[in-house]
Amino acid sequence: MDSLYLLLPMSVLLVLALIGVFAWALNAGQFDDLEREGLRVLEPDHPAGDTDTATVATDARGAAIGETNDHAPHEPLDPGQG
Amino acid sequence: MNKSNSALASSVYTDGVVRNFALAAVLWGIVGMLVGVIIAAQLTWPELNFGIPWLSYGRLRPLHTNAVIFAFGGCALFASSYYVVQRTCQTRLFLPALANFTFWGWQLVILAAAISLPLGYTQGKEYAELEWPIDILIAVVWVAYAVVFFGTIGIRKIRHIYVANWFFGGFILAVALLHIVNSAAIPAGFMKSYSAYAGVQDAMVQWWYGHNAVGFFLTAGFLGMMYYFIPKQAERPVYSYRLSIVHFWALIFTYMWAGPHHLHYTALPDWAQSIGMIFSLVLLAPSWGGMINGIMTLSGAWHKLRDDPILKFLIVSLSFYGMSTFEGPMMSIKTVNALSHYTDWTVGHVHSGALGWVGLVSMGTLYYLVPRMFNQTKMYSTRAIELHFWVATIGIVLYIAAMWIAGVMQGLMWRAVNPDGTLVYSFVESVKATFPFYVVRLCGGLLYLSGMLIMGWNVVKTAMNGKVVPVAIPPAVAAHA
Repeated sequence: MDSLYLLLPMSVLLVLALIGVFAWALNAGQFDDLEREGLRVLEPDHPAGDTDTATVATDARGAAIGETNDHAPHEPLDPGQG
Repeated sequence: MNKSNSALASSVYTDGVVRNFALAAVLWGIVGMLVGVIIAAQLTWPELNFGIPWLSYGRLRPLHTNAVIFAFGGCALFASSYYVVQRTCQTRLFLPALANFTFWGWQLVILAAAISLPLGYTQGKEYAELEWPIDILIAVVWVAYAVVFFGTIGIRKIRHIYVANWFFGGFILAVALLHIVNSAAIPAGFMKSYSAYAGVQDAMVQWWYGHNAVGFFLTAGFLGMMYYFIPKQAERPVYSYRLSIVHFWALIFTYMWAGPHHLHYTALPDWAQSIGMIFSLVLLAPSWGGMINGIMTLSGAWHKLRDDPILKFLIVSLSFYGMSTFEGPMMSIKTVNALSHYTDWTVGHVHSGALGWVGLVSMGTLYYLVPRMFNQTKMYSTRAIELHFWVATIGIVLYIAAMWIAGVMQGLMWRAVNPDGTLVYSFVESVKATFPFYVVRLCGGLLYLSGMLIMGWNVVKTAMNGKVVPVAIPPAVAAHA
């Protein structure tokens, strides 16, 4: 079973690398405010105000978000310049 | 806007490549599913091989799997990952020219596969049939894809990396590793090579690749789609964002070890088979956690499921994800596998995941993406989306129910022994008994293909009614957040 001598160490190295990436993510603060990050993706795609002070995140799930019309067309630039 | 042209270029999203990949996904979906219907008919009526080598089942079958997985699924993954990484990082793509190269390079790979497979060039490895020159091209395109994707993460304006990007990133890195290790071969002339591994080693490397291709290409990548497009379409945040992070890490830590369950009762050492089985069973937990998390995103807004056919696609895809990630671990149990292996049950299981999960989530995603790529708010016809949904769903149910019954029947017939130890049935008797189920499967496939044709019409109409307009990137006010 020579192939296991390749695949097993490789899988173990991979797991170690993954632990490294996970540690980086943890230390870099990627998981610090998960509630807010889950909501950010719902912010309208068109330019909006400062998201820190915007009304979007804090309150009940979707209450504020439902009112922002995400289905509006993307705000286009002047096509003449594009 | 009084910005200069160069400033303007960096203030709009790089959507051209997203648009190309989205349209290509629809086209290759139709082609790949058509080939699937043809080979389903050939299995039912072998006369349809017509004695023509390049139309024979053995050559068209890998063409079907490559077309639906790598052409349809691959283009959908490229389109959605390029779209999602830009929107969630609020920046354009890193090196847009390289992104364009990935589009044309990937189309060249597909074209090379479509020519070389019917001509009979194959490495004989399932889902890795393409010969070495094409394998090298795949590797080059994939490295470019990784550079564009991770480069875009690198120039992001939002500090937090959204969970969908973790899934896409994991998928890109794992597929690179799998492809390079499994495709290692010694060339023996143009379009001919021998695997770098031999015998059971080759089989183990192949199914380490094969199972992780399912785990990372067909699962992690499409989960990335799910975690972005379900919240967007439902206008609700992921039910538990925390659980989605746990889902990601649990999935990638366990998937890599499940491959040996494809080699139960073979020359592979017993302990390796058992490890594969145990990790397959463990996988049930993160898979179902993710499925429930995705479906519960609609919590409190279930009525949207009634009115919105795109959400129907996305949510029903998750229920098929749940079904096939329950069925898979069950089939990896050795005693169950003793019955199911080599039967059409496996084919049914694969298509429950492929048609139900990968297909439906891609279609839902494309229905979200395509209008936005042509400055429209919705597809040309919402009723056509609804029709597509029902046609496709009925097709899937017919397909997998037929294959379940056929598979269990075959397994029972093959293992039936008379009191004197002889087999009750010859193999050909099980083939004959399977005929009606092959007809039902063909009907299911035809329905699924019809749904895709409806989608093709709807996409063409949407594109013709819309126009290509660059989309501005919101000012990076949240860079510090």
